[in-house]
Amino acid sequence: MSIASTESRAPHLPNIAVSHAPSGATRLDEKVSVRNLNFYYGDNRALKNINVPLYAGLVTAFIGPSGCGKSTLLRILNRIYDLYPNQRAEGEVLLDGKNILVGKQDLNLLRARVGMVFQKPTPFPMSIYENIAFGIRLYESLPKSELDDRVESALRRGALWDEVKDKLGNNGLSLSGGQQQRLCIARTVAVKPEVILLDEPCSALDPISTAKIEELIDELSADYTIAIVTHNMQQAARVSNYTAFMYLGEMIEFDTTDKIFTTPRDTRTQDYITGRFG
Amino acid sequence: MAIMGLYSRRKRRNVIVLTLSLCATFIGLGWLALILGALMFEALRGFSFQVFTEMTPPPGANGGLLNPIVGSLIMTVLGVAVGTPIGILAGTYMAEYGRYAHVTKYVRFINDILLSAPSIVIGLFIYEVVVAPMGHFSGFAGGLALAVLVIPVVVRTTEDMLLLVPKELREASTALGAPRARMIWKVSYRAARAGIITGILLAIARVSGETAPLLFTALNNQFFSTDLNKPMANLPYVIFQFALSPYADWQRLAWVGALIITFAVLALSIVARALTAPRKQS
Repeated sequence: MSIASTESRAPHLPNIAVSHAPSGATRLDEKVSVRNLNFYYGDNRALKNINVPLYAGLVTAFIGPSGCGKSTLLRILNRIYDLYPNQRAEGEVLLDGKNILVGKQDLNLLRARVGMVFQKPTPFPMSIYENIAFGIRLYESLPKSELDDRVESALRRGALWDEVKDKLGNNGLSLSGGQQQRLCIARTVAVKPEVILLDEPCSALDPISTAKIEELIDELSADYTIAIVTHNMQQAARVSNYTAFMYLGEMIEFDTTDKIFTTPRDTRTQDYITGRFG
Repeated sequence: MAIMGLYSRRKRRNVIVLTLSLCATFIGLGWLALILGALMFEALRGFSFQVFTEMTPPPGANGGLLNPIVGSLIMTVLGVAVGTPIGILAGTYMAEYGRYAHVTKYVRFINDILLSAPSIVIGLFIYEVVVAPMGHFSGFAGGLALAVLVIPVVVRTTEDMLLLVPKELREASTALGAPRARMIWKVSYRAARAGIITGILLAIARVSGETAPLLFTALNNQFFSTDLNKPMANLPYVIFQFALSPYADWQRLAWVGALIITFAVLALSIVARALTAPRKQS
C-alpha cells in the first residue's frame, strides 16, 4: 500500500549493520512506535514500560531469554491478544502515528496492515492454492485468472513457487515443515501488509529451511517493515538492522544490530549475547 | 535368588491377569456373536424381498415391512434435519464464540444431562407438548422426539471436535484479518469436518433403534402413510409389537426388522469409522 513511499523514505541498505551512521543520527521513519507499553495477563504484568520503534523498511530483531516478553510484545502489534479474555494492554502503540490500542479500531483492517507468521507452521486444512487465496479473498474479489496470478506471485515471493507449482491442489499439510512455513509467509505477503511480524519463524525448522527463510526475510525487507523474534543470536545478527534486547518484561537495550553485538552498553545484554545466561 | 523369586512371582501374576482379561474379552465378544448369529439365523429364514415391497400383514397373511421402513426413514430424516442444525450451532457457540463465557459451562452441563436422559422421558415430554395439544399421535411428533435425542449428541461432538482445532490455526486466520465467522466457516469447520460428520452419523445410529420415544408420539400405522400429521409406522415399534405376538409369521417379520436396523446401524458405524480414520496425505 505504501511500498513506494517506504522506499523513498528509507532505502534498503543490505549492509546497514556495518555501514549505517550511529543511532539517533539518521532520519529513519518510525513505522511503529511503542510508547510506555504495559501488558497484563490477568494480574500478571508481563511487559513493563516498553519503548521501542520499528523503523520503516528495516528489520528489527527482538532477542532475550524465554519468557522475557518478546512474543507478547509482537502479539500486541496486531492485537491478536484480543482473542483471549483477561489480556490487557496499556500505553500507546502508534502505527503511522495512530494509536491502535484505543478507539474504534477495525481489528480486521489492522491485521491486514500488520501481518504475522507464527512459530509453528500453520497451513490451513486446504489446498496450497486455497491457503494463499484465503487471505486474498478476504479483501478482493478477483476473477479466476487474476487470482491465479496473485497466488503465483505470492508463492514466488515466498520462494516456494518452483517447489509447488505442479501440485497447487495438494493439501498444504502435505508439505515439509520448512515449505509449510514459507507457505505461511507467502500467505501473509499475499494480503499486502505494511508490517510483517515473525514470531520465531525458524525455531521448528532444519538449518537448510532456516537459511531459505532468512534469505527470504532479506528480500522482503526491501518492501516491508519487519519485526522478528528469535532465540538464535546469529540469526538476529544476520537478518536484522536493529536489535532490541528484552529481559524480564523490560526493554534493556535497543540499538543497531552492529552495536548490540559488538559494544552493548548494558552488562545484561553482554551476558546474554555471550551466552552467560538465557 | 530373591530377585528370581520376585521375577517369577511377577511372571505368574502377569499370566493370571492376562488369562482373566482374555476370558472377559471372549465372554463379551461371544455374546455379541451369539446375538448376531441368532439374528442372522432367525431373520434369514423369514427373509424375502417382499419385506421391502409389501405392507405389514394381518396375522396369517403374507406381507412385508415397507410401511415401517419408510416411516422410520421419514422420522429419522426429520429428526436429523431438525436436530443437526440446532446441535451444530449450539456446539459452535460453545467452542468458538462463547468458549470463555459462563453460560457455556451451564449449557454443557445441561446438555450432558440431556445426553444421558432415558429416551422414554423424551417421548413423554413430546407427548405432553405436541401429541396432547394436537389430540392425536403423528409422525411429526415422532420426528421431533428423535430430534430432541439428536441434539445433545451433535452438540457434544461438535464442541469436542472444534475444541480439538489447534488455537494456532485460529490465530493464523485471525492474523490475516479474517472475521470470526469466516474463520469458523473456512478454517475451524474444515479442520473438524470429519469429526462433526461422525457425530451426526452416530446420532442417526442412536435414534434409528429407539422405540420408547416413538411409543408415545408416532405410535404405529397398519397402512402405508407418509402423512406427518397421522400416526406413522416405524421399525422399532413393529418389532416390539410383532415379537410379542403369538403368530409365527409376525415373529419372523420382527426378526427381519431387527436385522435391517442392525445392518443399517452397522453400515453407519463403518462409514463413521472410515471418516475418522487418519487419512493418508497425498
